[in-house]
Amino acid sequence: MQDSGVSILFKGINFQRLLGGLWVTLRIALITIGLSLALGLVFGLIMLSRRKVLRGISRAWLEIVRFMPQLVLLYMVYFGFARLFGWDLDGETSAVLVFTFWGTAEMGDLVRGAVSSIPPHQRESAEAIGLTPMQVCRHVLIPQTVRRLLPQAINLSTRIIKTTALVKMINVTEVLKVGQQIISQFYRLREAPFWVYLTIFILYFIICWPISALAGWLEKRWA
Amino acid sequence: MDTILQVRHIGKAFEHNQVLRDVSLELDEGRVLVVVGPSGCGKSTLLRCINGLEQIDSGEILLRGEVISGQRKNLHLVRQKIGMVFQSYDLFPHMRVMDNLLLGPVKALGRPKEEVRAEAERMLARVGLADKAGVYPRTLSGGQRQRVALVRAMLMQPEILLLDEITAALDPEMVSEVLNVVLDLARDGMTMVIVTHEMRFAEAVADEVVFLEDGCVVERNPPEVFFHRPETERAKRFLQSFDYAPRRRAAQPGANTAEEQSAP
Ligand SMILES: Nc1ncnc2c1ncn2[C@@H]1O[C@H](COP(=O)(O)OP(=O)(O)OP(=O)(O)O)[C@@H](O)[C@H]1O
Ligand SMILES: [Mg+2]
Repeated sequence: MQDSGVSILFKGINFQRLLGGLWVTLRIALITIGLSLALGLVFGLIMLSRRKVLRGISRAWLEIVRFMPQLVLLYMVYFGFARLFGWDLDGETSAVLVFTFWGTAEMGDLVRGAVSSIPPHQRESAEAIGLTPMQVCRHVLIPQTVRRLLPQAINLSTRIIKTTALVKMINVTEVLKVGQQIISQFYRLREAPFWVYLTIFILYFIICWPISALAGWLEKRWA
Repeated sequence: MDTILQVRHIGKAFEHNQVLRDVSLELDEGRVLVVVGPSGCGKSTLLRCINGLEQIDSGEILLRGEVISGQRKNLHLVRQKIGMVFQSYDLFPHMRVMDNLLLGPVKALGRPKEEVRAEAERMLARVGLADKAGVYPRTLSGGQRQRVALVRAMLMQPEILLLDEITAALDPEMVSEVLNVVLDLARDGMTMVIVTHEMRFAEAVADEVVFLEDGCVVERNPPEVFFHRPETERAKRFLQSFDYAPRRRAAQPGANTAEEQSAP
């Protein structure tokens, strides 16, 4: 039978292979998101520190991370460090390291922004009704911070998921790589790349869109 | 009569800016002290020092004979006895009106929720907001928010209430609805220190007026003296700044309406 169009996707285990590749992407993304959110909370508090030195250093980190293309960082860790220090880092670990390095800085900045956007009067009027400093945090400051932070943190998560596509460049067999393998399997078929990439596009959409929508919904609800 | 508040020779500076110099006051139970003075003279700072939002540099502050200044540890216990309402609308935006009201009495004082809720409902009704218990503050007008803020402070059953220009950020038509609540509290015998720029309200509510300038108490008199025959030149000048020549509507009948129409 002549192979044609979209049917190549369902030949043999091709679609399962794509999903498998997607899972690799997601696994990297999920670990990165978990680490970035947790470490980012701490980093955000450092950015808010009263000590100028700490604020300066954390600010510098954020700027560097923002200027640096993630791909360069990825190459630096995977190819550079591995050789230089003789580390035996696999692609996934390198990716998690690099993306966490970036995600932590971004999350920290979100935390800093959320905390400093709360008007000082909120703390004062909570203190004025006789709450202890702990109660002020628990009932007034933290809930308001979370409301501002959560939608943005969710948006950051979708950015992290998208960015993990880069790991293909350091030989991790994720969804794009699988896609290319399928395409080369049908190299005679002109429309193969289109269908494969369209499928990958839709898979990403199915994952990222609901997350984005959730962020939007929360933002509206808590506005 | 019992003296509730004593402020003795307090001084306060921010960096090199001496904001309060040797200020002394005392206030008996059930009395209302109004503090007036030009912008920047230290009125807000004085109130903030009384409830410990700012630390004083010298002097002392006593509440019912107990020194409350100079400590940092159990400030929240002191503040439970001193209510304060600010100029900015400072309700907690993530809580409904009722939760705003319950937070202090329930969490800080540990009073039973249902008891406080019943009291809160009564007081909301008294300030004309019986139907607003379940809404979020952002749906309220400025005047409504300040009335809720007053109720929130009163539910702590404070010994004394500090009000810092609570109508200054309001649209003119909402000022009186808030000030009427304060007049009502005064009639009920609430002890208050009030900072305000509303001179007619000040005259109506005050048992005593303190005129502050450059961080010093320049004049201290009952309202009928202060507002009608002030003893100091500086108070006279200050009061004159509130007099303005009424607009000559008759002379320019068209100009005024045009202005009103073009207003946003
Ligand atoms: N946290 C602060 N840090 C530094 N300076 C301050 C601070 N708070 C107030 N000041 C200064 O103290 C002075 C008195 O301020 P304050 O707010 O007490 O005046 P005010 O009488 O309440 O004025 P207004 O009528 O405008 O509210 C001002 O010069 C102000 O700039
Ligand atoms: Mg002020």
